Amino acid sequence: MEIKFSVTLAKIIKEIDLEVSYMPEEPEEIKIFSRDITRPGLELTGFLDFFDNSRIMIFGNTENSYLNKFSSEQRFHVIERLFALQPPAIIVTRNIIPYGELMSAAEKYKVPVLRSAETTSVLSASLVSLLNTELAPRVTRHGVLVEVYGEGLLIVGDSGVGKSETAIELVKRGHRLIADDAVEIRRISNKQLIGSSPANIRHFIELRGIGIINARRLFGMGSVKMSEKIDMVINLELWDNKKVYDRMGMKNEMTEILGNQVPILTIPVKPGRNLAVIIEVAAMNNRQRKMGYNAARELFQLLGLEYPEDEEEDGVKTISF
Amino acid sequence: MYMKDVMVQNQVGLHARPATFFIQKANEFKSSIWVEKEERRVNAKSLLGVLSLGIVGGTTIKVMADGADEEAAVDSLIKLIQSGFSE
Repeated sequence: MEIKFSVTLAKIIKEIDLEVSYMPEEPEEIKIFSRDITRPGLELTGFLDFFDNSRIMIFGNTENSYLNKFSSEQRFHVIERLFALQPPAIIVTRNIIPYGELMSAAEKYKVPVLRSAETTSVLSASLVSLLNTELAPRVTRHGVLVEVYGEGLLIVGDSGVGKSETAIELVKRGHRLIADDAVEIRRISNKQLIGSSPANIRHFIELRGIGIINARRLFGMGSVKMSEKIDMVINLELWDNKKVYDRMGMKNEMTEILGNQVPILTIPVKPGRNLAVIIEVAAMNNRQRKMGYNAARELFQLLGLEYPEDEEEDGVKTISF
Repeated sequence: MYMKDVMVQNQVGLHARPATFFIQKANEFKSSIWVEKEERRVNAKSLLGVLSLGIVGGTTIKVMADGADEEAAVDSLIKLIQSGFSE
């Protein structure tokens, strides 16, 4: 089930600082569905075979200079041919004043015209990154998102296992809360997942026995964040005496969120076990591993043993939560 | 996986006290239970999650469960909603 996400033109105008030259209707009502953009180089010459009219179109120096070659009448015709296909909006870069013919074609076909002071490359980069974030595939997961020493950790586990309590303890130790209970996750690239909270419950935490608290009010601005990437998933589960927990840290377990692979660590919970400290260590260890150091491997070396690299490969098993 | 749609009919919807009754009921079951409104799905055992959906009277939601007691879970939650949380 593919859900089509959209972003309003109003939001794009606000986020990347565009100036409105012509707007046929409320920009709040104009929805953009495509994550791609287009520079109408070939299309201006009349090659329209693969034209995708869901994309925002960017007019830079090149397009503008090309239009310069024509007489006024020809120019209107060239632009009209393009605008008749109803692109959602046109952005003119480098503070170029659009041709009168461009403006009249825009009015004829009700195509919004926007202007930017940036160069085409800079504008394209910020527009694509905004579109990728706003139109990213997303999912809401039950859990807590915290940032510990700069690592974004998604803490998951059954209700009542102590996720919120652990989050409070981490916040008290100087780390940051992003979302409690419901975490909205967006996949902004095949490597990066970004989590945030639904706006209406942002930075509230439910603590059993106390009720609902506001982490931002109670602990201050330094204890919260709006969004964070997800570097690792921490799965809290009640200690099971029969289960074998990882003793060496040689296994690389992964989980899948929106098609991306994320390392997952299962931490057994026992009353009296200080989870916040363990999670801090997990965060630091995860970063150290990303930087290429593996404590288990060094220990094996000191002991004069061969590190079972193969096992590490085999150890990559995907578990779901 | 077992699921059912239900229209929330009491005036305030799934807010404040009705929400706490709902979550309490959900926590009685072993299955994983979710509430879905439009394209957002949250854990039915979490108060903030359910509150964040902003379910007002007249909204149709989907209650779904997965686990050993999934049918009992969905049916009794639906019953609780339909009774207008009068229990």
